[in-house]
Amino acid sequence: MFRNQYDTDVTTWSPTGRLFQVEYAMEAVKQGSAAIGLRSRSHVVLACVNKAQSELSSHQRKIFKVDDHIGVAIAGLTADGRVLSRYMRSESINHSFTYESPLSVGRLVVRLADKAQVCTQRSWKRPYGVGLLVGGLDESGAHLYYNCPSGNYFEYQAFAIGSRSQAAKTYLERRYESFQESSREDLIKDAIMAIRETLQGETLKSSLCTVSVLGVEEPFHFLDQESIQKVIDTFEKVPEEEEDAGEGEAEPEAALVAAGTGEQGGSGDQDVAPMEM
Amino acid sequence: MTKQHANWSPYDNNGGTCVAIAGSDYCVIAADTRMSTGYSILSRDYSKIHKLADKAVLSSSGFQADVKALQKVLKSRHLIYQHQHNKQMSCPAMAQLLSNTLYFKRFFPYYAFNVLGGLDEEGKGCVFTYDAVGSYERVGYGAQGSGSTLIMPFLDNQLKSPSPLLLPKQDSNTPLSEAEAVDLVKTVFASATERDIYTGDKLEIMILKADGIKTELMDLRKD
Repeated sequence: MFRNQYDTDVTTWSPTGRLFQVEYAMEAVKQGSAAIGLRSRSHVVLACVNKAQSELSSHQRKIFKVDDHIGVAIAGLTADGRVLSRYMRSESINHSFTYESPLSVGRLVVRLADKAQVCTQRSWKRPYGVGLLVGGLDESGAHLYYNCPSGNYFEYQAFAIGSRSQAAKTYLERRYESFQESSREDLIKDAIMAIRETLQGETLKSSLCTVSVLGVEEPFHFLDQESIQKVIDTFEKVPEEEEDAGEGEAEPEAALVAAGTGEQGGSGDQDVAPMEM
Repeated sequence: MTKQHANWSPYDNNGGTCVAIAGSDYCVIAADTRMSTGYSILSRDYSKIHKLADKAVLSSSGFQADVKALQKVLKSRHLIYQHQHNKQMSCPAMAQLLSNTLYFKRFFPYYAFNVLGGLDEEGKGCVFTYDAVGSYERVGYGAQGSGSTLIMPFLDNQLKSPSPLLLPKQDSNTPLSEAEAVDLVKTVFASATERDIYTGDKLEIMILKADGIKTELMDLRKD
């Protein structure tokens, strides 16, 4: 990425009509570990890779319950994600209190997007460095939205964000047409298989991923390790020895970083603003 | 010059009685289902019992609009607690929250007379009794509402521990079984219904135990 003279301030336009600070914030999302969302007519599955800072620490929480009918998966600056999740929870509770009915997902993402936009137009603020996959169920059915740091939001059948998400997106692009009518079990299986794509070579284990489900008559909840492992076992025919050695495998850390930088779409010196779709 | 008095009151009393009894590993919370205003009946089937958390159930008599508002506030606060602590609120924690919420409106109180029942962190039954502005105390049994003056003396007679100062030395109470507690509740409500015009129609009994909540409905006199 080139250092430009128009990128210090979020309130400074570049001559080509871009706000570089906002684009840099979107880069932060690409650096985070992968998060994936898929939806069918009746269910939404959110899954993410558990990447720990070091072997000594536990992994950060990237999927949050907002309400019984809404969940959010984040990628990027997890601290920003935590704060936004708290905001979403508060909005949901206040709406339920006032209207005695659950908050529609579409309404929530608009509020979230407006909040993100404010940070792109104040000189004393910085954009949130987190991408949010908001999945939920309301009267109009199941929805999956992606909220950017830019303040834009888009609805998806399936999407992946974070590092090496392109691999997952390729997998999802092949299969997304079947998701709308998918059963709950197939949707979960597809989510875990998409996660596997982002791991690129690393053996898929239930400890490496977190999966959450919500749907009609099924409030948001996390799947436990055994359920995830059962799904993995249906398609991962890995011999016993390899699985045991999984912990000690010297998966080159360099490979993970290298794959991440290959991700970038619009570079600084191209004229296409990546925010515009 | 006499003080001018309001010709309108923000409060109304919808009547009814609430009772709770704590056991060694259970809690019984009961309330009648009659909602009235003045000498009229608004409903014969209105529940005054509300589950706040897995181990905390609130029963309130008084002005039901204020009771409803109070329940909504507590429900929202409980959701926030669950998001922050990843667990349900314990009964003693909910008891303190209820007290704080009531005192928050010290100068325009919730016209709600509350009895909170549930299981404490050791799994033993607990009952908390309140006044309208949040003064509360943990007790073994409690009654609030229009029939409380008829019920409380009888519960004292049956459940109160004998004074340790009395001679000859009397046995401290044997623990009350769940069946005995439910039976006692049915008896006191049947009696209160006889003489209190605001209590009657049906009795709703909730029995809270570690493995879940059971609800029982019993008919009362409808006059």
